[in-house]
Amino acid sequence: MPLSKDEVRHVAMLARLGLEPGDEEFYAEQLSGILEHIERLQQLDTGAIPPTAQVVEVANRLREDTPRPCLDQADALANAAAAVDGFFRVPSIQEEA
Amino acid sequence: MTKLIGSTAVELSKLLRARDVSAREVLAAHLERIDEVDGRVNAFLRLTPELAAAQADAADRALKAGDAGPLTGIPVAVKDVLCVRGVETTAGSQILRGFKPPYTATAVARLFEAGVVMVGVTNCDEFAMGSSTENSGYFPTHNPWDLDRVPGGSSGGSAAAVAAGAAVIALGTDTGGSIRQPAALCGVAGMKPTYGRVSRYGLIAFASSLDQIGPFARCVDDAAMTLSLMAGYDPLDATSSERPRQDVLNNYGGDIKGMRLGLPREYYDVEGIEPGVKSAVDRALQLLRDSGAEIVDVTLPHTDYGLAAYYIIAPAECSSNLARFDGVRFGMSDQDAPNIIEAYSRTRRQGFGSEVRRRIMLGTYALSSGYYDAYYLKAQKVRTLIKADFDQAFTKCDAIVSPTSPTVAFPIGSRTQDPLSMYLCDVFTLGGNLAGLPGISVPCGMSDGLPVGLQVLAPQWGENLALRVARAYETAGGGMAAMPSLLRGEG
Repeated sequence: MPLSKDEVRHVAMLARLGLEPGDEEFYAEQLSGILEHIERLQQLDTGAIPPTAQVVEVANRLREDTPRPCLDQADALANAAAAVDGFFRVPSIQEEA
Repeated sequence: MTKLIGSTAVELSKLLRARDVSAREVLAAHLERIDEVDGRVNAFLRLTPELAAAQADAADRALKAGDAGPLTGIPVAVKDVLCVRGVETTAGSQILRGFKPPYTATAVARLFEAGVVMVGVTNCDEFAMGSSTENSGYFPTHNPWDLDRVPGGSSGGSAAAVAAGAAVIALGTDTGGSIRQPAALCGVAGMKPTYGRVSRYGLIAFASSLDQIGPFARCVDDAAMTLSLMAGYDPLDATSSERPRQDVLNNYGGDIKGMRLGLPREYYDVEGIEPGVKSAVDRALQLLRDSGAEIVDVTLPHTDYGLAAYYIIAPAECSSNLARFDGVRFGMSDQDAPNIIEAYSRTRRQGFGSEVRRRIMLGTYALSSGYYDAYYLKAQKVRTLIKADFDQAFTKCDAIVSPTSPTVAFPIGSRTQDPLSMYLCDVFTLGGNLAGLPGISVPCGMSDGLPVGLQVLAPQWGENLALRVARAYETAGGGMAAMPSLLRGEG
């Protein structure tokens, strides 16, 4: 089942991956090849099989909700490309009215 | 001068405790070795000489005070996916160039507490995605046995560093074979623990239900000791197990008389396995028989579906994990974009390499509306079948033995155009990740001058069994890492 260019654009948008010239063809071809291999899973009847998300015995763990030390603001911001007044700075999220 | 390069940690530790040599001298010898060979091997992305010097001095103080552990003063290399506070850590990716973590991964911190000396950060496939280290966002690493060939991957830099004698121990991570396969291709020991044995806190995540941290070493004892020091519950990783870390070493030095070792026909009698690999493994099986083990046939009937299930589950988890790389809190950032969506999209297009983008796209597609049931849910059900295959096999045997990889190290550039041929490197290893099993690869001879690896898989929490088989094989005459002839006579 080859992937169409429309599907590639849709998935790239979902993944927030920009597309450059040639990317659509590249992904369409490469992903179609991999998906062709993956199609074999459909040969297996798994109607009665439960899914496995994790394989070991550990169950959900709860802990006391008590204050404890964490990263300070300077450490948290140290790797940011842009910070202002103790905040991460990003391009505008809303268009100006 | 005592021979320091190519020694095991066990050997070096004896010299250090006897005060025949200082940790500073051991470090100096390894930095010199790196200087001599790493221009050709390119195992390291960065060296950490200042950190190493401080740790070596601390090790020497501990040794002088008689307060030393088995790894005190031992030079260790760390894969570029494990955070070390203040040391640039990039997951082999341009998108994290310059990132200095504000904390240290638990596995690394525990080894630091045990007195190791970190010499540098090793190269890997970007975000640990690959089987050759050619997907590094920086440069490829070369196999110390043949510099025109790959070291395997994704932990290729760590495997090559140990093989070249540039570090005594190295840390790697294994999501589908990324410790065991490069260990095999470089002729060293490499172990992936049971899922949950080692805390993943501070590991830059690829596929969270599959990732585990483990050691590379020149002998089984070194791997066992390193693993036992990293293992155990960590409140910072809710999937880490409360089982005592000492379990790893429980009678692992015992013999294998009467043990039943299962040989899965799907990992042995298959197309694509090189004759030289098969004959090396046959010799290893004979040595195991001579040591008292019984080799029994077992079957893993869903093996043919493993790769397909893996290439849904791993990319799906990666597409979610790698969403955090958006240019806001760390890493590369396109600051000229007109709006935030454009900033994310440009940063990620620019910062990620082609294999990482391919997997993010595949995983996003598999999780997207309308396809979830057909792909992700289906793959999780097949994962249940694959785990059941192993459960069934382990009713007939104590551990499973097989080749680690169907081939020896392949030429650089020979598989990069065809992702599926690269993915097929992991057919014998990724089942162990899907089922959460511990596995070790140890050197088992050569094929045309290149190392072959023997894989031992054990039931969950049976690291001691896998180690026992590997160690018995080593004691019987196989298993120990040799020094590549290309690099011999130096250092």
